[in-house]
Amino acid sequence: MGATTIEQPIAPPQRPGAVEWLHKNLFNRWYNTILTIVTVVALFLILRAALEWIFVSADWRPITRSPLLYLVGQYPRSELWRVGVSLWMVSLLFGLSWGVWRGLFRAFALALAVVLSAGVFLPPPEGSPALLFRLSWLLNPLLVFVGFFVANRLRLTGRHILIGWVTSSLLIPILLRGIDGSSFLPGVTTSLWGGLLVTLILAIGGLLLAFPIGILLALGRRSSLSVVHYTSTITIEVVRGVPLITILFLTSIIVALFLPPELRIDRLIRAMAGMTIFAAAYMAENIRGGLQAIPPGQVEAAKSIGLNRFQTTFLIELPQALRAVIPSMVGQFISLFKDTTLAVIVGITELLAIGRAIIQSDSEFIQLQAEVFVFIAVVFWVLSSVMSYSSRRLEERLGVGET
Amino acid sequence: MTRKTTLMLAGLLALALTLGACASSGEQVEVTRIVEVTVEVEGEGETMIEQVQAPGYGEILARVQDRGRLVCGGRTDLLGFGYLDENGRNVGIDVDLCRAIAAAVLGDAEAIEIVPLTAAERGPAVQSGEIDVLTRNVTWTTSRDAQWGNFTVVMFYDGQGFMVPSDSGVTELEQLDGATVCVTTGTTTELNLASAFRQLGMALEVVSFEDTASVYNAYEEGRCDATTSDKSQLLGVREGFADPSAHDILDITISKEPLTPVVPHGDDQWLDLVKTVMWGLINAEWLDVTQANVGDMASSDNLNVLRMLGVEGEFGQAELGLSATFMQDVLAAVGNYGEIYDRYLGPNGLAFTLPRGPNAHWTDGGLIYAPPMK
Amino acid sequence: MTLREGSRLSISSDVPIWRDERVLRGAAQLISAMLMIGALIWLVTNFIQAAEQRGLPLSYDFLSQESGFPIGESVIEYDPSRPFLYAFLVGLLNTLKVSLLGIILATVLGTGIALARMSSNWLLSRLALAYIEFFRNTPLLVLLFIWYFAVFNRFPRVRDSIALPGPIYLNQRGLFIPWPKYTTEGLVFLAAILLGIITATVAWIVLRRIRERTGRQTYFPLVSLFLLLLFPALAWNSQGGQTITWDIPLLEGFNFKGGTTLTPEFAALLVGLVTYTAAFIAEVVRSGIQAVDRGQREAASAIGLSNAQVLSLVVIPQAMRVMIPPMISQFLNLTKNSSLALAIGYPDLFAVGRIMINQAGRAVPVFSMVMLTYLAISLFTSLVLNLYNRKIQYET
Repeated sequence: MGATTIEQPIAPPQRPGAVEWLHKNLFNRWYNTILTIVTVVALFLILRAALEWIFVSADWRPITRSPLLYLVGQYPRSELWRVGVSLWMVSLLFGLSWGVWRGLFRAFALALAVVLSAGVFLPPPEGSPALLFRLSWLLNPLLVFVGFFVANRLRLTGRHILIGWVTSSLLIPILLRGIDGSSFLPGVTTSLWGGLLVTLILAIGGLLLAFPIGILLALGRRSSLSVVHYTSTITIEVVRGVPLITILFLTSIIVALFLPPELRIDRLIRAMAGMTIFAAAYMAENIRGGLQAIPPGQVEAAKSIGLNRFQTTFLIELPQALRAVIPSMVGQFISLFKDTTLAVIVGITELLAIGRAIIQSDSEFIQLQAEVFVFIAVVFWVLSSVMSYSSRRLEERLGVGET
Repeated sequence: MTRKTTLMLAGLLALALTLGACASSGEQVEVTRIVEVTVEVEGEGETMIEQVQAPGYGEILARVQDRGRLVCGGRTDLLGFGYLDENGRNVGIDVDLCRAIAAAVLGDAEAIEIVPLTAAERGPAVQSGEIDVLTRNVTWTTSRDAQWGNFTVVMFYDGQGFMVPSDSGVTELEQLDGATVCVTTGTTTELNLASAFRQLGMALEVVSFEDTASVYNAYEEGRCDATTSDKSQLLGVREGFADPSAHDILDITISKEPLTPVVPHGDDQWLDLVKTVMWGLINAEWLDVTQANVGDMASSDNLNVLRMLGVEGEFGQAELGLSATFMQDVLAAVGNYGEIYDRYLGPNGLAFTLPRGPNAHWTDGGLIYAPPMK
Repeated sequence: MTLREGSRLSISSDVPIWRDERVLRGAAQLISAMLMIGALIWLVTNFIQAAEQRGLPLSYDFLSQESGFPIGESVIEYDPSRPFLYAFLVGLLNTLKVSLLGIILATVLGTGIALARMSSNWLLSRLALAYIEFFRNTPLLVLLFIWYFAVFNRFPRVRDSIALPGPIYLNQRGLFIPWPKYTTEGLVFLAAILLGIITATVAWIVLRRIRERTGRQTYFPLVSLFLLLLFPALAWNSQGGQTITWDIPLLEGFNFKGGTTLTPEFAALLVGLVTYTAAFIAEVVRSGIQAVDRGQREAASAIGLSNAQVLSLVVIPQAMRVMIPPMISQFLNLTKNSSLALAIGYPDLFAVGRIMINQAGRAVPVFSMVMLTYLAISLFTSLVLNLYNRKIQYET
């Protein structure tokens, strides 16, 4: 390889013309020419078959009949405003974070604005004013920008935003769940939550809860106390050694046998506990890697200025380790987001389960499984791709890989 | 993973395996138990943990009234019995039975919560008292009656049958020697299939799936020579096939499948209550009281009707903790047994059409029969 | 500040007992041990209490009872009259079968995609990127559904089977391939072929090394070829022309009988796992190769090595050191992901375990067996691969 490139004359960089570009990138060798032709033909055949299926032979009724089911499942249609308000809160917070942290959040905030504006094309639920429904979606991108300008104008700091995030992550579950017996916020049991709503709640909730547990496990594994060390190590390795599906099965079904009979834990929380433990074990290993990468001089310096072990860990080691692992958190979130599909096997009505329920809701839909599954695959693909694109921008911004 | 850790874990595993092999299972679960502790610590939804009292007479009713909501174990993925309509509302025969109980106990047929359960979860969910009543087309068997809870009233008589493509020419079970059969796992269906083939000394190949839609999709595509399930299901599914006339349901029934709602063990009042509501639905059809005419029937001259509707006399409502006129609420909300049946499986049913067959009233030669309400 | 610090260091024996590090550590050990044991006891008692209350059987004696349920496919003979333990073994072997094959194929495909990604052909490189991006961002479970229901179930029906030379038949019930029958002659012949391959390889290596050392002509290709053919020929001759008897698939009744079958459930799971994992392996391979310093390659070609030699002697050995640890975790992921088989009807360990839980009503015993088996597979795999990893790392 190297030997051949040397032969090329050194010329000042020039923008290549179309023909030159084609020659250089597609037809520069005889085998490359063959490869190009074969690829083009294969691509053409695949694309033609795919397009024909999508526009001619596929029957999209299972998706078009009730798109809201895929979004929120059985969430009472009269209470949908709560989901809307939760989204507004998230949009505003993303906007504010963009205003404060700039580039770190820019891609995420803009992606959120674009994805949520797409909601305008959804058919409004029965009995609700269509215009209001559509406008409520369009409020989301607006709130992103409002947040951005407000954060700039008021010179908000990271501390304010963090407080905002923490309060809203406590408020949103209460808003969605409601209070049994109240008339303003009637209780909506989690068995009515479904679709993408549950998928996101499982993934976000799982990740947020996994974070502190992951830190504890990572610290525990590095602990010199042998009991703590072995407990953490065994937990991490056992969880990483078995499939997620067995952990979900454990927390969803077997756990009921372990707990005293007076305790009845909500099914969604049981599944989320499974996701949390699973994510925490993997996160613990990431954080441990981050901790190990800290030069020993840091710890020695901390000791030499008289910090105790506790202070050294929480003020010196952890902040540095966490900064190093934050980019990988997005990757972990994406895989957790995809893994939520496994909850279908323990009877949680997330996106895939709703798809399967819809297949069963009409005897004609049973042969339309391919359409439903392809649709769900596309939803996951679009959302994960948006996230991974945004996280790549984040990594560029953070200069990961540079030292 | 460092070498030390690996070796240590391997050693631990070997220990656990040997212990598990020769001792009771106490030690076996040690490894997984550690995981549990963390669950509880972070279970932030303090509000979602509910107190479930040990079952005793009258406790389930008190719990339901206190909660203001009836929790039924059900499903969202079986057309006709428990599924979602296009607005995401739970519908189906099993769901209407749940609604009937809610109407009787709380006066509001919509005060229900359907907890979707997989086949594997049904037993544990009743045993642990997580649900008040299981209406998820459960086959009544003696061992389940002993282990899971109390079975109430058979609300649907079914039997396991076979469906084959018409052009295969199969009419008898014996002709299926060596056939590939699509079946749902974890059900009595799977065991019945295996034992039926073994009894005839025939070779059998199975393809088994978790959910019913996969079974029928694979069958219709031609993956299997036959599929087996409850006949009601087979009929329902055939309706949805591209060409229903190309598939035959064999005139063979290899098992009895009495589908019955189940309540937890230990609360006799609740058991009697659910039975009374179910019998009420059946008797109402016999007495021709329907959702539409229940108001007028309160002034009927039939003594049986008047008693059932709580206008005159009584039949044990007070002991069961029910209002005298609860049957009026039930019938106004969901209609009588025949109406529930026809709503989903009748000639213009929402799901598919299935002749009443054994599910006709005893007066019409069926098996549906209820003790008098006196 | 410095003075105080120094003075404290010098009189460390005067530290009060509650600040003595050794005492503190001992106390912490004790407290954490007690907490752990306390939690364990609490859980075990609760568990046993609950099990007794609800009449949940905890013993393993059901394992020797007749299972009663059929299993779709099996590496070993199976029918419903076999005991539960045997059914469990069937599930385990099915998991191992799909995982082993999957790991091999995913490595091959992943490497191919990594090479395509690094190709100078723009179109091919973009296509490989699209492949990676697609599979990394779509849930495997959904992909498995698509593979099974939208691809493998749409193959021709049995009567319209595609017949390939062999005869091999392909239809929606699977791929039907001729397979050797179990006969003494066949076994002897197979053993002879194996012997031929082994002796030929040994001869090749030894004679080639002699030639490299001494420069003498050893005719190693010819010797090896001779050995390779010699043993099968001897076996053929001694058995009067009898070799392997092939079991040929034939359409009988509903299905093809005879030969061996690759079922669509297995194929869908295998293809699903391989295509999905290959996307991740491709990234591992690419970053491994890119981690090799460019100067290494240039230096290798400067001393006159061919492109193939640069790759096989310089780049790959160094890339391997970077690649092995992430590869191990991808292999383990594939094995663990094979538990999604139950969604598409392949009877793997988890699927059989679930059937056992339902049919035997022993949730806890069966579940503990399933978990421990997965754990054992994971630990064994990482142990073996870690040993290999240590072997190829730089000696330090």
